[in-house]
Amino acid sequence: MSEYDVIIVGNGPAGLSAALYTSRANLSTLVIGKDQGALAKADRIENYFGMAEPVSGCELVENTKCQVKSLGAELVTDEIFQISWNRGFLLTGRERNYQAKAVLLATGASRKKADIKGLAELEGRGVSYCAVCDAFFYRGRKVAVLGNEDYAVHELNQLLPVAGQAVLLTNGLELHAEVPEGVPVIEKKIASVDGEDMVEGVTFTDGSAEKLDGLFVALGSAGSADLARKVGALTDGRNIQTDETMATNVPGLYAAGDCTGGLLQISTAVGEGAKAAMSIIKFVRQQKKG
Amino acid sequence: MAVIKITEQNFETEVLKSEVPVLVDFWAEWCGPCQMQGPIVDEVSEEVPGVKFGKLNVDENMRLAQQYRVASIPTLLVFKDGKIAASAIGLQSKEGLKKLLGV
Repeated sequence: MSEYDVIIVGNGPAGLSAALYTSRANLSTLVIGKDQGALAKADRIENYFGMAEPVSGCELVENTKCQVKSLGAELVTDEIFQISWNRGFLLTGRERNYQAKAVLLATGASRKKADIKGLAELEGRGVSYCAVCDAFFYRGRKVAVLGNEDYAVHELNQLLPVAGQAVLLTNGLELHAEVPEGVPVIEKKIASVDGEDMVEGVTFTDGSAEKLDGLFVALGSAGSADLARKVGALTDGRNIQTDETMATNVPGLYAAGDCTGGLLQISTAVGEGAKAAMSIIKFVRQQKKG
Repeated sequence: MAVIKITEQNFETEVLKSEVPVLVDFWAEWCGPCQMQGPIVDEVSEEVPGVKFGKLNVDENMRLAQQYRVASIPTLLVFKDGKIAASAIGLQSKEGLKKLLGV
């Protein structure tokens, strides 16, 4: 597997803006995007610098993709499930795995949230957001994954070799993934996560219940904050904490755009992407020297 | 103060019978966030006097992890007079750790 100088996860304004700078600085740059994100829904953008006529989100992103490619960056479509760090980064994707000296997280703000009674209260007491971190504690026990897409199946696959029993709960959503053989899928809507001190099970809205020792949340796709948490970056709930250079507490890991909170505007995302790129260029050059 | 290694053998003397509060970091080698928590604990231990700092490897001390119902790591427990006085689950910043210790 070849190692890139920098991998940018997310192909919105923050990620693409950073790619402009890193590829111009001659860093081997890979941009991994899952879809168009929030901007695909913006028909008319009227508040961005330099546009005499309103521009659509898609047009803006597609133009920048062309610009980034012409500067030598690679762009691929893939979904990242996990990032781990050991003197370099390993990214686990749906299509393949990737390696990089530095990573920029720029997948936007996560807009999917489960609002189930008991879920927040039992976090860390049987409710987990990281299968690779916490599977160990559920050896031989019964666990469930909450989700309906490929990310949920990735988390299931982390748990299956360890847990005694695993089920998939979609919370009323339609299943959009291929579930490993033998794993039961319950598509009913969940009313509550139950347990006094530790998770004991879930109750569905039809009154039926399922006994569980652990519940792993993997709704939608892994957002920047999920990926950040797995690799050990500090978050304040949904936003990734960075310093003024867009660096997280993990050496070589940076974040920019909506996933850091703040204004949620294209202009700030582009600015943060540029700032992060400057820090990344400095970091990678130091790595190459040392 | 140096950070000590807590095990099932020394848990009682170093933690439960300690005369000063003890912050115990439950961690494991395979846990990414724990690799980041370690240096933060080291740093805080240099700055906060009157507190003992320990690291407990959950792989080697599963019984203690179970006893304190650790189901997610890093978990940080502060013991005072043999009892849990404060706890936090998930990676904590330097400020977060200090808050946990009430300093």
